[in-house]
Amino acid sequence: MRKYWPLSFFILPGLLMYVIFFVFPAISALGLSLTDWNGITPERNFVGLANYKEMLTNDPIFAQTFGNNIKYMLFVVFFQTLFSLIFAMMLVKNSRMNVFYRALFFLPTIIASISVAFIWIFVYDPSIGSLNTFLTKLKLDFLIQSWLGDKNIAIYSIAVVQCWAHIGQVMVIFIAGLQSIPKSLYEVARIEGATPWQTFRHVTWPLLAPSATIVVAYTTLQSFKAFDLILAMTDGGPSYATEILSLFLYHQAFNNYKFGYASATAVIFMLIVASITLLQFRILRANKVSY
Amino acid sequence: MSLPAPEPQKSAQPVPSRKWPEFLRHIPLVLYSLIIITPLSLVFFATFKDLSQLYTNPLGLPRSWDLANYTRLFQNENMVVYFKNSMIVTFTSVFFILFFGSMISYAIIRMPKWTGAILFSFITLGMMIPTQVNMIPTYVFFAKLDLLNKHLGLIIVTVATLLPICVFILTGFMKTLPKGLIEAAMIDGASHWKIYTRLVLPLSGPALATAAIFCFVIAWNDLLYPLLFIKSAELKTLPLALLQFQGEYLTDYPMIFSGVVVASIPMVIIYTFLQKYFIAGMTAGSMKG
Repeated sequence: MRKYWPLSFFILPGLLMYVIFFVFPAISALGLSLTDWNGITPERNFVGLANYKEMLTNDPIFAQTFGNNIKYMLFVVFFQTLFSLIFAMMLVKNSRMNVFYRALFFLPTIIASISVAFIWIFVYDPSIGSLNTFLTKLKLDFLIQSWLGDKNIAIYSIAVVQCWAHIGQVMVIFIAGLQSIPKSLYEVARIEGATPWQTFRHVTWPLLAPSATIVVAYTTLQSFKAFDLILAMTDGGPSYATEILSLFLYHQAFNNYKFGYASATAVIFMLIVASITLLQFRILRANKVSY
Repeated sequence: MSLPAPEPQKSAQPVPSRKWPEFLRHIPLVLYSLIIITPLSLVFFATFKDLSQLYTNPLGLPRSWDLANYTRLFQNENMVVYFKNSMIVTFTSVFFILFFGSMISYAIIRMPKWTGAILFSFITLGMMIPTQVNMIPTYVFFAKLDLLNKHLGLIIVTVATLLPICVFILTGFMKTLPKGLIEAAMIDGASHWKIYTRLVLPLSGPALATAAIFCFVIAWNDLLYPLLFIKSAELKTLPLALLQFQGEYLTDYPMIFSGVVVASIPMVIIYTFLQKYFIAGMTAGSMKG
């Protein structure tokens, strides 16, 4: 045992930082969520579960926000995974041209989401936006929309931006997964005369399950975190159509000074994220194949 | 059996290749390339147009490569200061993340297996918690400690939030280092500190680079904590400054976009030279389980 004790010196600085400035605040959200604190005055009263009750039974905006989060998540998880998988399969070989495509598709990932937001505000701008101008030029006027102003489509317009920014990143995870599949299996499939779809269905897909698990879990988490993008593009509007949980709790705390209430949202938010992630791991793990 | 002549050990081919799909393959790829490039170049072109030119000709090339917007930007805004602030916060944070993170990772691989595993799970659990969940209690706590509106507060919160991912990347790598090498050093009587600095750190170069790039991109682009913490203009980081341009310049797109370009160019340049490391780093960050 003696030879281990100097290791505590290696652990302590980082561990203390993590516990004091990350774990402790995360736990203290629980305590805050049981109060009616406004964040400014020292006065705070213990209100029990009143915030949770209010949120879950009597706050239509919270319900809407939750719905938006689900819409956003489903759209992003589906399209981002689909497109990144298609591109990954196309670009799996390490040829020069493919490496170039990969680097290009990956580029938006490194641009700050605030910059991405501005770029797409311009694309979506109703009067000079490139998208509408473009559609006019193509004589597709009937497709013209107020992309961020229409409350039925705004959330999807932003979800498209999220996909644009991260398809390349997710694609790279899939490429790593594809490259780890033994080539001999494809040889066998070819000799057996399997169609491309059969090859995909019975060789690629099952063996890609570990990467798919990572991708889906990561994308889900990412979709819940889409804070910067929405803050800058619509700030939750029009009429809460793009408000998602992270933005909701920000607004509750810093615009409405309901710190207690916002903390309760944060706790629920945490529970939702954790349960979705666990569920996905269970489903995808069940499909895992070993060879 | 009439098999086509086998081509031994060719690279992976999920779809059996024929001549025509090879050509068709480029159609969606080029299309998507355009979807990536077009918005970026439109924004870039817009920075050389004045507002009226942008309204009459939003899609075309600018009439001249006029730098007026950039001049105006640097006159009106303390871009140099924002830039410097971003550098201070990012580099200091990344340094401490790597320092603390690599020490913890070293301890994890040297500890008895179970203790190491528990410590590893406890720290990497932090990767599961979205920072947005933590914003209110963090804000409250940092206010109490008088760490708001200071770069120090920003650095501390960045280190604490990114430490889990760094430990995750580094431990994974350090576990693959040859055990015999470390044990030999131990037998020679080298201290932990010596083994860590002289042996493990130098051998972990690639993983350190990966973790550094991942944390660098996240810290450089972070908006949430500067937004919560920083109130004084002279302490603002680039993303926060950009966000506030929106309120300041409203639809003066050329001005806002000049800011976007100035803030993004350094990252894009570094990316073109180090793309391999960027891609590895940003992917490692999402790899779990």
